[in-house]
Amino acid sequence: MATVELLLPPLPVHVRTARLVGVAAARRAGLDDQYVTDLRLALGEACSRAVALHAKHAPGVPVKVVVRDGPAGLLVEVSDVGPAAAPVSRNVGDLLEEDESDPRVALAVLAGLVDELKITSSNGGTTVSFRWPLPLLVV
Amino acid sequence: MDLSLSTRTEGDRTVVVVGGEIDVYTAPKLREQLIDLVSSGQYHLVVDMEGVEFLDSTGLGVLVGGLKRVRAHQGSLRLVCTQERILKIFRITGLTKVFPIHATVEEAVAATE
Repeated sequence: MATVELLLPPLPVHVRTARLVGVAAARRAGLDDQYVTDLRLALGEACSRAVALHAKHAPGVPVKVVVRDGPAGLLVEVSDVGPAAAPVSRNVGDLLEEDESDPRVALAVLAGLVDELKITSSNGGTTVSFRWPLPLLVV
Repeated sequence: MDLSLSTRTEGDRTVVVVGGEIDVYTAPKLREQLIDLVSSGQYHLVVDMEGVEFLDSTGLGVLVGGLKRVRAHQGSLRLVCTQERILKIFRITGLTKVFPIHATVEEAVAATE
C-alpha cells in the first residue's frame, strides 16, 4: 500500500504535472495499461476543473490530489475549495454550444470514463474521487 | 509534450495539423489559431488530429467553439482521427454526432456537406 499526495499550484500548466505523477503512481501500483490511459484523462479532467475553480474563487490555494493503492484498488481523489459541483444533466454538445469552457463538461467526461465516480461537496469545497481495480498480487 | 500547430491550404480547405497535447494549458493556442483562420476568411477547416497524444474537455470546447465560428460563415470543420483513445472522448461526450470525423485528410478534403 502506498499513498502519493500532491499539493498542486492552481495553474493550468500544473495539470500536466498532476497527470505525470498520477500515471507514474498508477504504473508503480500495477494498474493495467488499459486503465492507465483512462486515469491520465480522468485525473486531468478532475484537476482542470479544480484549477479553474481555484483561479476564480481561491487563487493561490493549492488543489489537493491523492493517489492511493490498497485492497480496494487504486483510488484517486482531487479536492478543491470552490463552490459545490453542479450535477451534469445536459447534453455536452449543448453545454459547449453555449459556453465552450463550461466546467461541467469535465465532470461529464469523468462520468463517462470511470465506473465509480463520487462527488462529495460541503461548505469547504468538493472532492471528486474515482477508483480502478488493481490486479491481485500472487506472493 | 507541448502542442504543435501548422496549417496548409488544399483547394478551398485549410488543413490544421495538430500534434502533442491539447489540454487546459495548451488549448488557448489552438483556440487562437482557429480564430485567426476564421478572421482571415478561411471558413472550411480540416483539423488533422492524427498526431495528437492527449485531448481533454478543454480541447473539445475549443473545437466546438471553432465549429460555431465557421458555421456563422456557412463554413465547415472536419476532423481527421483514427486513434481509439481520442475517438473515445468524442464518443463519451456524444460529439461524434456534432463533428464529421474522417480517417484521412484526403477523405476530409474531398467531403462535401
